[in-house]
Amino acid sequence: MIVPSQIPYRVREVEKLSPTLKRFYLEAADGGALPPSSAGAHVVLTIPGVHRTWKNAYSISSTPGERESYSIIVRRVLNSRGGSVQMHEGVTAGDVINGAVPHNLFALSRAGRKHVLIAGGIGITPLLSHAAALHGGEAPFELHQFSSKAEIPVFERLLGVYAGHAQVHGPGGEAEAVEAILTHQPLGAHVYVCGPPLLIELVVRTAEQLGWPTAAIHHESFGDHSAGAPFTAMLAKSKIEIAVGPDQSLLEAIEAVGVQAPYLCRGGACGQCMTRVIAGEPDHRDDVLTPEERAAGELIMTCVSRAKTPRLVLDL
Amino acid sequence: MNKPYSADTAFRGKFAYKNSDAGILRFPFPFAEDGYMYSVNIEPHVRGGPSEAFHHVFDVDEHYVAECEERAIVLAEDPARCQVLPHMMQAQWDTLELMMESLAEDYPEHFSLEKEGDRWTWTNRLLDIRDSFTFGDALSLPYEPFEYITRQGQGDFTLQDQRNDNLFLDGGMVTTQADWSLNFDLGMSFHEWHGPVPKAHEMGVFDRALKFLLRLPYGRPVRRLNWTMTINPRLDTSPENYSVWGPDRATVTPENVGEKVHLRVEVQTLFRLPRSNAILFGIRCYLISLAELSRVPKWRRRLHRVLQGLDPALQDYKGLVRYRPMAIDYLVDDGAPTSPGIQSDLTSL
Repeated sequence: MIVPSQIPYRVREVEKLSPTLKRFYLEAADGGALPPSSAGAHVVLTIPGVHRTWKNAYSISSTPGERESYSIIVRRVLNSRGGSVQMHEGVTAGDVINGAVPHNLFALSRAGRKHVLIAGGIGITPLLSHAAALHGGEAPFELHQFSSKAEIPVFERLLGVYAGHAQVHGPGGEAEAVEAILTHQPLGAHVYVCGPPLLIELVVRTAEQLGWPTAAIHHESFGDHSAGAPFTAMLAKSKIEIAVGPDQSLLEAIEAVGVQAPYLCRGGACGQCMTRVIAGEPDHRDDVLTPEERAAGELIMTCVSRAKTPRLVLDL
Repeated sequence: MNKPYSADTAFRGKFAYKNSDAGILRFPFPFAEDGYMYSVNIEPHVRGGPSEAFHHVFDVDEHYVAECEERAIVLAEDPARCQVLPHMMQAQWDTLELMMESLAEDYPEHFSLEKEGDRWTWTNRLLDIRDSFTFGDALSLPYEPFEYITRQGQGDFTLQDQRNDNLFLDGGMVTTQADWSLNFDLGMSFHEWHGPVPKAHEMGVFDRALKFLLRLPYGRPVRRLNWTMTINPRLDTSPENYSVWGPDRATVTPENVGEKVHLRVEVQTLFRLPRSNAILFGIRCYLISLAELSRVPKWRRRLHRVLQGLDPALQDYKGLVRYRPMAIDYLVDDGAPTSPGIQSDLTSL
């Protein structure tokens, strides 16, 4: 189908899972069916606030293909840029929020003979849709959740339907646990990890050391790594100079002055926001550019990358 | 919809295939300028554009019934023209849903789709088909879902699985192809199945195209045009049947070049599929004889100039070497200027 890139979602229900976790159920504001989504997909929501808006990516945690509603789980993070606090405090059932249609940067590999899902904390969200897609299918799967002590009951409740597949691990001994998980997997197994950067690094490094093929190691990180020191950006085509604040991404600053810039994932993964740098040195924080492209300094991903020099000149 | 001929005489035997005047004017002429070289010529597939062939998600034209009959003939001779690997079942249902919803929305007079939960009823009035089935239950249809719906579509379709930062050709319905084989290419990666194309690899076209396609978003399909030339209006110019159509190239004479030689254009569309995250690739073939094409003066002189300046490696790859001079002579260049873009610049013939 040809669909608009932005659609209005209505919040059908908000469910408090813990003091810092809320599950939001989103339905199509026009009452129709939502686009089907695939396992591992996310939506980018435009969260309205009093003084500003946020565009945050949230993994869809409900069953793929479900067209009546999507669910997302949001952790309230006090020291973040504020989108999650706004979701927790400012968004209630009945509200309409604009957002993108689902996009997938963390798909299951259909050629996998077995799927090993590893999550840390709120990183469970995309893996919940993976588990829903795999549950009852031909390829076996197992899910490992690493959790703080306080949240063990929360995740055990969330994963209750996957009894026999899912295990919640408390804090301590992560390195040994990951090694034990990855050591005795059959040929053709794929591992998927989502969570804090340290856990992702641990799983990727352990899998590599154990000889897993690179193509069988999957990770996604929507960690908020777009903040940093303020700088200015000159938009050469638009002839506008903008100030990029410390808690604002370059892309958000560009959008704030009304300039249309390309984007998709807003997480440095898809490459859609790639923009030519005319002057200044970028501080690359994306996963798209090759080391050679980074060194050349001629391209920047505006959604996550910033500046090493006080000023950048962009071809926008 | 009129049905001027049947498939057993249109695309084989008597070659009765013809474009009406309206069919000529809506032809997706592929050359926006007076020369041609490979490029990443991908644009959004939105309803609209300089040819009527772009005005619907899946174009249904005056050849619809004959082309569906032709497909059935080819499949009866060679069932291996439709193959889908087992891990692509979700992509099969995605394809069926995309095509049924699009056709019913774009052509309500010909197609309709009624849904009661998972119980769907599909009506195709052009082919006199009405089937009720359960979405997600392959046994409730007379064929697997991909074969079922692509038997009711014009043009070829392939399914690309996305994994390992690559695309794999893991399924297809291929009966109207320009000399490539699904049976041979099945399971290949993006660079493998494009292996035979000259020049474009060195130009980096496939590296850039793959990067672009890996991030193709749901709901925003894209399209591109490709072209070659075919002797006689044959849809099935497959390697499997080379012995049938290959000798045609030696039958072109200055007397019959206008009727025999056809410009073959593919409107290629790419859709991200929502549940499977796979990509559906539509390869819709349009044929027009040089005699028909010459009725549009701009296209006649532009095709003359494109063929005149065509890179020798492309002449060879497209199989034009033997008859290219005759085609150039037939397409008289009157030296007049041509406007930029592919439109005919005519409102009637």
